[in-house]
Amino acid sequence: MSEKPIEPIHQFRITEIFNIGTFGGDGTAGSGVNIAFTNSALFMVLTVGLIGAFLILSSNRRAIIPNRMQLMAEMSYEFIANMVRNTAGTEGMKFFPMVFSLFMFILVANLFGMFPYFFTVTSHLIVTVAMAMIVFLTVVIYGFMKNGLKFFKLFVPSGIPVPVLLIVVPIEIISFLSRPISHSLRLFGNILAGHIVLKVFGGMVVALLGAGAWGVVAVLPLGMAVALTGLEFLVAALQAFVFAVLTCVYLHDAIHPGH
Amino acid sequence: MAETTILLAQAESSAAPADAVQNGVVVQDSAATPAPAGEVHATTEAEEALVFPPFDATTFASQLLWFALAFGVLYVLMSRVALPQIGSIIDKRKARIDGDLKEAERLRGETDKAIAAYEAALAEARKNAHGIAEETRTSIKADLEGKRKGVEDDLSKKVAEAEARILKNKDEALGRVSEIAEETAAALVTQLTGEANAKDVAAAVAEVVKG
Repeated sequence: MSEKPIEPIHQFRITEIFNIGTFGGDGTAGSGVNIAFTNSALFMVLTVGLIGAFLILSSNRRAIIPNRMQLMAEMSYEFIANMVRNTAGTEGMKFFPMVFSLFMFILVANLFGMFPYFFTVTSHLIVTVAMAMIVFLTVVIYGFMKNGLKFFKLFVPSGIPVPVLLIVVPIEIISFLSRPISHSLRLFGNILAGHIVLKVFGGMVVALLGAGAWGVVAVLPLGMAVALTGLEFLVAALQAFVFAVLTCVYLHDAIHPGH
Repeated sequence: MAETTILLAQAESSAAPADAVQNGVVVQDSAATPAPAGEVHATTEAEEALVFPPFDATTFASQLLWFALAFGVLYVLMSRVALPQIGSIIDKRKARIDGDLKEAERLRGETDKAIAAYEAALAEARKNAHGIAEETRTSIKADLEGKRKGVEDDLSKKVAEAEARILKNKDEALGRVSEIAEETAAALVTQLTGEANAKDVAAAVAEVVKG
C-alpha cells in the first residue's frame, strides 16, 4: 500500500463485472456503444433492492401500531409527502412517487458510498445528469401539457415594467435552462469532493505511518478523516434532501407558472 | 482536489491522440477481446488514471442503461406497491384515530348527560327528603302537641277534681269544727259543772265561732 501512491480517484473507477456486448459501430476498437454490467450497475441494483425490500417488507404487516421498521418507512413517506405538499402544493402529489424515488435512490446510494470499498453511484456525473434531466423534462412536458403556452409566463414575472422585462426575461430563461446543470452538478460535486477529501486524508495517514518517527503526526489527518466521515454522512443525507426539495420547487413552477 | 487536477492534466497531455485514449479505456479493451476479469484489470491498471472516471464517456451508455432500468424498477415498485401500501396504513390509522376521537366525544357527551341526569335526580331526591322530613317533623310535632294537650287537660281536670275534693273536705271539716267544739265544750262544762245543757253549749259555741 505504501509503495503505491494513494490515488484519490481510484474509487470512482468503473470496472466491469460482465460484458454484454457492443452495439452498433463498425467492429473496430472504440466504435459502437459498449454495454456491460459494472460495479456502478451492481450498486444501482443493490440500492433499488434495498429500498424496495425495506419499504415493502417493513410495511407488510399493515399494523395500526407500527414497529420500528414500519415507523421508519412511514416517517420517510410522511417526510417526502409533506415536502411535496408544502413546496409543490397538493396538486404536486401526483409527482410524489417520482420525488420519493429520487430521494430514496440518492439517499441510499450516498449511504452505500460511505462503506469502504463500496462504489458510490451518485459520484458519476452521468447518473446525476440523468436524474436532473428526469426532473427537467417532467417540468417542461407537464408544464406545457397543463398550461399550454401560459407556461412561458414563468419567464415573465408579473407587475414589472416593459423596459425591465427586456433584461429580466433573458435572465429568467437562462436561469431556467441552467437548472438541470446546477441540479446535477451540486449532487455530483458534493459526493465526489467529499470522497476525494476523505481518501486524501486517509492516504495521508498511511503515508505518515510509513515515515518512521513522523508517524506520530498521523493522528492529525486521522482525526480529520474521522470528522470528515461524520460530515460526509450529513452531506449524504443533506444532498438527497436538497435534490428532492429542488425537484419540488421546479415542479411547483410547472404547476403554477405565474410568479 | 489538487491531485485530481494534476491527474486530469496528465490524462489530457498524454492522451492527445484520440486512439491512445480509446485504447486506454477499460470497456473498449474487454469488448474487443472478452478476457477474464483479472486480466482486464491487469491490462488497464497502468492506464486507468488517464481518464477521470466520471468523465469517461465510454461508460456512459452502460450507466445510463442500468440507471434507467434500476430507476424504472424503483419507480414502479414505489408507485405501485410500496407507497400505496404505506399510504393505506397511514390513512387507515388516521381514519381509526378520527373514529375513536368521535366515539370518545360521543361517549363524553353521554357521560355529561348522565351526570346531569344524576344531578337532577339527586336534587329531586334531596328536595323530596327535605319535604318528607318537614312533613314528619310537623306531624310528630302535631302529634306531640295533641298528646301534651291531652295530658295537660287530663292533669288540669284531675287537679280541679282534687281541688274540689279538698275544698269539700275542708268544708266538711270546717262543718264538723262546731260540732267538735260543742262536744268538747259540753265535756268541759260537764266536768266543771257536772251537767250541761246541750242547747246552751251549742249556742255558746256558735256565738264564739261567729265572733
